[in-house]
Amino acid sequence: MTMIFGIPLQAFMGQLLIGLINGSFYALLSLGLAVIFGLLRVINFAHGAQYMLGAFVAMLMLQYFGINYWFALLLAPIVVGLFGAVIERLLLSRLYKLDHLYGLLFTFGLALTIEGTFRYLYGSSGQPYAPPPALTGATNLGFMFLPNYRGWVVVVSLIACIGTWLLIEKTKLGAYLRAATENPTLVQAFGVNVPMLLTLTYALGAGLAAFAGVLAAPIYQVSPLMGSNIIIVVFAVVVVGGMGSIMGAIVTGYMLGIAEGLTKVFYPEASNIVIFVIMAIVLLIRPAGLFGRDA
Amino acid sequence: MSHVVHSTTTAKAARTERSATASKAYAAFLGIGLVLLIVAPLFFYPIFLMKLLCFALFACAFNLLLGYTGLLSFGHATFFGGAAYFTAHVVKEWGVTPEIGILIGVAGAAMLGLVMGFFAIRRQGIYFAMITLALSQMFFFFCLQASFTHGEDGIQSVPRGHLFGFIDLNNTTSMYYFVLAVFLIGMIVIWRFINSPFGMILKSIRENEQRAISLGYSVARYKLGAFVMSAALAGMAGGTKALVFQFATLTDVGWQMSGEVILMTLLGGIGTLIGPIFGAGLVVTLQNYLATSQFPVTIITGVVFMVCVLLFRRGIIGEFYASRLGRKLGFEHRR
Repeated sequence: MTMIFGIPLQAFMGQLLIGLINGSFYALLSLGLAVIFGLLRVINFAHGAQYMLGAFVAMLMLQYFGINYWFALLLAPIVVGLFGAVIERLLLSRLYKLDHLYGLLFTFGLALTIEGTFRYLYGSSGQPYAPPPALTGATNLGFMFLPNYRGWVVVVSLIACIGTWLLIEKTKLGAYLRAATENPTLVQAFGVNVPMLLTLTYALGAGLAAFAGVLAAPIYQVSPLMGSNIIIVVFAVVVVGGMGSIMGAIVTGYMLGIAEGLTKVFYPEASNIVIFVIMAIVLLIRPAGLFGRDA
Repeated sequence: MSHVVHSTTTAKAARTERSATASKAYAAFLGIGLVLLIVAPLFFYPIFLMKLLCFALFACAFNLLLGYTGLLSFGHATFFGGAAYFTAHVVKEWGVTPEIGILIGVAGAAMLGLVMGFFAIRRQGIYFAMITLALSQMFFFFCLQASFTHGEDGIQSVPRGHLFGFIDLNNTTSMYYFVLAVFLIGMIVIWRFINSPFGMILKSIRENEQRAISLGYSVARYKLGAFVMSAALAGMAGGTKALVFQFATLTDVGWQMSGEVILMTLLGGIGTLIGPIFGAGLVVTLQNYLATSQFPVTIITGVVFMVCVLLFRRGIIGEFYASRLGRKLGFEHRR
């Protein structure tokens, strides 16, 4: 059997894949956080809850309406995005003029409420959500077996990340967004509806989180707690990457996911905390974060 | 010119007079509050009261940082829960007396505060909050795996022991007055701290960090000092709580606990000395009330959070100070 650093290649690649998958979710979530923060100057603590909502919406759609995975992947982000838009319009938008910390506290309360409601309705234990039939089974890559669904997650989340990056960096809407980030008053003076832009951005961020949630549903179980478990790690990712750049968020997400996976191979006890340790080291060396322009 | 001078003197005189009323009102409240705390065990379940005092001290310690330095820590559970573990461990395994146990808890929490503060003060605002949250989560995982915390079980049946070696704290009344004493000591320390020159500089950092820097204060050091102080006092509350309930568990180091203490402070009034006490009272009462029902506390907590942020950011005491009655009594409230 092939060995790498004294570890069977099979195990090594397996953990690398898990790292890559976790990294995909970190990237998708920190990307959404960065997009929202860039324009709204709000750290969306409810991002984890929206991720969980995505998974739940997909599961409930299947249970009650028989809507399959593929439609759920499209519909759940729209549903959660609309929910986010309503929240932003009615409540969150009242806080922009205040200290940014109030936005954090508000979305923290929102996250607690959503999570508590789902725990009340569905209990704390996870519920399974089967991957679509087209993606069951595994492919033999020669050196390892790759479960098809996991391969799909890696590919599709990469596409989603790059798509969002293109949307923001290369399209006209993205140009408006970036301009509004720099100087909202001036952009509004040019006749762009900035409040609408803010609502759209929040909806986009929430939708991305929900998209990640649907992708995650067949891998992890659908549970009300899945969001709060991941969001703190994503915060650490965001601190490492700095929220100044979209690409920075994506790259950092994948990097830290892989670092976490590799730690599981070499020193499993530390795999829970390795991302936090990396965060501490980055704070010592580059306080503004790897890609940070700092605010 | 003389007119201006005259009017400022009058304004100053009026302000002194008003603050004189305010300090009279404060003294009256203080007296009433003390009497109520002393006779409270006759009317309420003492364990509930002790829990309340511990959380009130915890919230006041937290407010030292948020309210007086303007730093939002999302990781204060580390100091509260960490100290609970330290105190529980040394009291149970080393057999030290309760007051030494709490002191060790305080020292441990201060050390943790020094480490976390060292990293967190490198960034500001929202990043500060996220860093403290992440480091606190790291400490949570440490507690989950370390052997002395006994993982999911926690440290159980911690003896309350004898205060100074001869006052039996298994007697609930003695325990209550011990906790009350700890609470009062903590409050006096906080009061003294925020009214010291150090505390004034902290307030100036809160109001305008750039200007404090330009005045030559090494802001980072003051922030770290405030962080350690706040952590130590939170540890005092946590260590005491471990003795009251005779256990220390993972609940106390989880991020939910950090959220709870923020809520208590926000609800009572950020930047007011006594606000967090009221906030803690409300939250603890609510939890006790809901503990027997199926309805999860988190929903209520979350809704209260949102309502507070949207509608009354000054908190109960802050709103009172800003109200007509409060102003008439001469309280000033900013922020």
